[in-house]
Amino acid sequence: MSALLELRGVGRSFGALKAVDGVDLDIESGARHALIGPNGAGKSTLFRLISGEMAVTSGTVTLSGDEVTKLSQVRRARRGLAQTMQHSSLFLTQTAAQNVALAAQRHRGSARWLLPRRQRDVDDRVADLLDEVGLSERAQVPVSSLSHGERRQLEIAVALACEPRLLLMDEPAAGMSLAESGRLTELVLALPRDITVIIVEHDLDVVFALAERVTVLHLGQVLLTGSPDEVRGSAAVQEAYLGSSTRGELFAPAASTPHSPQGRPKANVSTQGRPESSLGDAS
Amino acid sequence: MSVEPAPSAVDAPSAAATGTGAPSGSTRRRLPLTGLTALAVLILLAAVPLFVAPFQTSMLARMLIFALLAVSLDLLVGVTGLPSLGHAAYFGVGAYTAGLVAKYWTASAPVPLLAAVGVAAFAAAATGWLAVRSHGVFFLMLTLAIGELIQQLAESWSGVTGGDNGLSGIPAVEVAGQPLTLVGYVYWYVLVFAVLGFAVIWAVSRSPFGAGLRGIRDNEPRMRSLGYSPFRYKLAGFVIAGAVAGLAGGLLASQQFALVTPADLGFTTSALALLAVAVGGAGSLWGPAIGAALVVLIRDVYGPDLDGHGTLVLGAVFIVAVYLLRNGIAGLATTRFRRRGPPPSDAAPPPDPTQGATGAPVSGGFRQNRQDGRQAGESSQRLDSDHPSSDPPNPGVKRS
Repeated sequence: MSALLELRGVGRSFGALKAVDGVDLDIESGARHALIGPNGAGKSTLFRLISGEMAVTSGTVTLSGDEVTKLSQVRRARRGLAQTMQHSSLFLTQTAAQNVALAAQRHRGSARWLLPRRQRDVDDRVADLLDEVGLSERAQVPVSSLSHGERRQLEIAVALACEPRLLLMDEPAAGMSLAESGRLTELVLALPRDITVIIVEHDLDVVFALAERVTVLHLGQVLLTGSPDEVRGSAAVQEAYLGSSTRGELFAPAASTPHSPQGRPKANVSTQGRPESSLGDAS
Repeated sequence: MSVEPAPSAVDAPSAAATGTGAPSGSTRRRLPLTGLTALAVLILLAAVPLFVAPFQTSMLARMLIFALLAVSLDLLVGVTGLPSLGHAAYFGVGAYTAGLVAKYWTASAPVPLLAAVGVAAFAAAATGWLAVRSHGVFFLMLTLAIGELIQQLAESWSGVTGGDNGLSGIPAVEVAGQPLTLVGYVYWYVLVFAVLGFAVIWAVSRSPFGAGLRGIRDNEPRMRSLGYSPFRYKLAGFVIAGAVAGLAGGLLASQQFALVTPADLGFTTSALALLAVAVGGAGSLWGPAIGAALVVLIRDVYGPDLDGHGTLVLGAVFIVAVYLLRNGIAGLATTRFRRRGPPPSDAAPPPDPTQGATGAPVSGGFRQNRQDGRQAGESSQRLDSDHPSSDPPNPGVKRS
């Protein structure tokens, strides 16, 4: 089996509300997979179910062949599942380097050491990672003094310090400028293929630039999984997003502003003039 | 008179921890100096009994003991972010254990202390296992409840603890078969183990494990996603802090004519320790040591002169500290570093303690503090002008 992550009938309900409802999903090892969907589609909840932050109410989660449904977030993290958070979630009083070191020492140093000690391998790893995300100049700056974009970069360095096999990125481009999200895209594209990436993102530019497979969630269910082109061409997806079947509103620049569920209709990916028919409704 | 050197000295062992809060880069450069400061203060502390009268010496020993309690509490409050209102419980458990061991078994040197540490650690593990699962106010309330429970136990189990009368008749500590009856020797005994306790807390807080504790303080959910188990870290921190508090309690029981009462493990002691941490500056370790010295100074030295209104003064001190010193006494030192730039960093720690301690009781010291606090709060804008009030007119004159 080459599927790194398998979800089978995964669901989570809050009272009568089924936030995530019977989701089946296979993520191949080395994949670049995006989850999209209108607000309230259950993306963030599904993310929490995968990371273990929230327990499923039905279904199973399997990580590289082992069922991890019952395992806590901590256990899953130790099995190589790392994440970046939607809202930058770092250790504010500490420097950028200390943030990364905290993650690195858990996974290669001796985090339980009770006496002060110099951890050379951790220090080296921290320097490499900060360099990789372009923050080496800012290593000694407290996180509270970093800009929003820099914090997002640091989030990625922290996640990578966990030596993940599976990296979950929850809206990594949220609040980023165009230039910053461009840099982010490059950064993720440059990640080695032994890291599998699942990304939840509203910025469809970023999604289509990064993802090889896209899963569209709607009302807690999988609407469609396919290549970016298939998703772009799908009438069902447009309907889910906009409640209408005119594709122009979703992917054209300005027209959709008042209706856009995200309120941030940044997407201006060209539709490449495909006919409406291409691969219409999956499920 | 002779009390003067006390608080300045109390920060000695932990002075090495001054770098704790600072970014690691500059710390390395500063370490030799801090080390030297620590050594100097240590020598000063060790020399105290040679020059100081017995009463003041034993007062100093009590300061050291209380400082050790405060520093161990700081590991919870400042480093791990767990504000405990029941920390004196482990202090008291240590005191009773050491007293009972000395009374009924053996008083020879490290045995009562080791027993105190062990039993306090056990008590901390048993109660912490429950308490550490809660957060914020709930943790505060749970630790308060645990503290009260243990105090009740001490009061009602009078066959063993002596009940409300306390545990008395504890024999003097014996070192190499000789009982330590002279105050100076007892002081040295306390000093040695207090320094050891400070060193343990300092080492833990600077270790990778301590970094984990600080991570939990800053962002516990994130720590979980990094693969840390916050429960285990917090429990381990709680046990270490409890064990060191037990050591402090053991030292309390080793003083001459020691009397251990239920009040030693009650709410008031816990609250005073928390006060010492808040006034001294949570998280800095050396700050709470000075805070503890200040608390003992006000309560035990000046308190009697104030017709027992020492606690009132402590309350005022607390309010002043909360409003004017955002990071306590330790905060004063770090704001000075920043204003002057890094080089003269070694100069900063010594001035503060002397402020609190110089013969002029509270008012003198605190006027000083207030000024510092104001300057720190108002950032660098007013650095040149002596009087805040003189600032507004000047620009006006220029404009008109």
